[in-house]
Amino acid sequence: MIFFWAFVVGGAICLCGQLCYDVLRLSPAHTMTLLVVTGALVDGIIIDGTSMYDRLIAFAGAGASVPITSFGSALVHGALSELNTHGAIGVLTGIFEVTSAGISAALIFSLCAALLVKPKA
Amino acid sequence: MSNKKTKNLTPIQQQYTALAASREPKRSVVKNCLRAFVSGGLICLLGEAIRQALIAWGGFTAKTAGDPTVAILIALAVVLTAAGVYDKIGQWAGAGSAVPVTGFANSLASAAIEHRSEGIVLGVGGQMFRIAGPVIVFGTAAAFAVGIIHLIVRALLGGAP
Repeated sequence: MIFFWAFVVGGAICLCGQLCYDVLRLSPAHTMTLLVVTGALVDGIIIDGTSMYDRLIAFAGAGASVPITSFGSALVHGALSELNTHGAIGVLTGIFEVTSAGISAALIFSLCAALLVKPKA
Repeated sequence: MSNKKTKNLTPIQQQYTALAASREPKRSVVKNCLRAFVSGGLICLLGEAIRQALIAWGGFTAKTAGDPTVAILIALAVVLTAAGVYDKIGQWAGAGSAVPVTGFANSLASAAIEHRSEGIVLGVGGQMFRIAGPVIVFGTAAAFAVGIIHLIVRALLGGAP
């Protein structure tokens, strides 16, 4: 069942992105920024100790953790968990705690690709 | 909005803008949305399959499987970008291939490869975050704002989380 909801929820988030392109006439960069900020704000809403974005991930699995909105949610996650353990300074030190894997992987793989592949004319 | 835009234009320019708008190919919003839904859903389905495989055979738990799943998808997207395949998928899928984390990796890799000719440091290093940069900047700013709001709310509630 989680495969079905992963497809539907992931597809629905991409559909929102497409609506930003076609209806609101936003550029891809504006759309991605909007989605990331939305993900961050949704994750900031915590009810009964569990954030709203965590509930979506528990429900839809990769359907919620693969779209770019989860990047915003992961930034907030890092900030809030270090806020709990280290106090106010944790907001700064924790922001990249969770997302560092994704950013580092994308950066290093892209660098390797740029060194290995010749751009097409 | 259109009034504000046309205010400073001469009549000739306004005529041209109207002509350009009438000649612009009509984009089918419904068709694009359907494509974005299906392709984005399929990428998330692939992600879920990788996640379940990691939980079943890779010794990860439901909580820890997220990071390696994202790393595998990113590696896959960079390879497809380098091979020139991802851009072809993107032409069909629209936002469906841009919104998932694979699109983030694609924007990094394609910018890095495209600017290779400007040199390794200034081209690859300097231009890599051209498209992905705003996402990180405003994502971080939003996360900081949410963190500060939580800090203030907790202080007002007397330390209770």
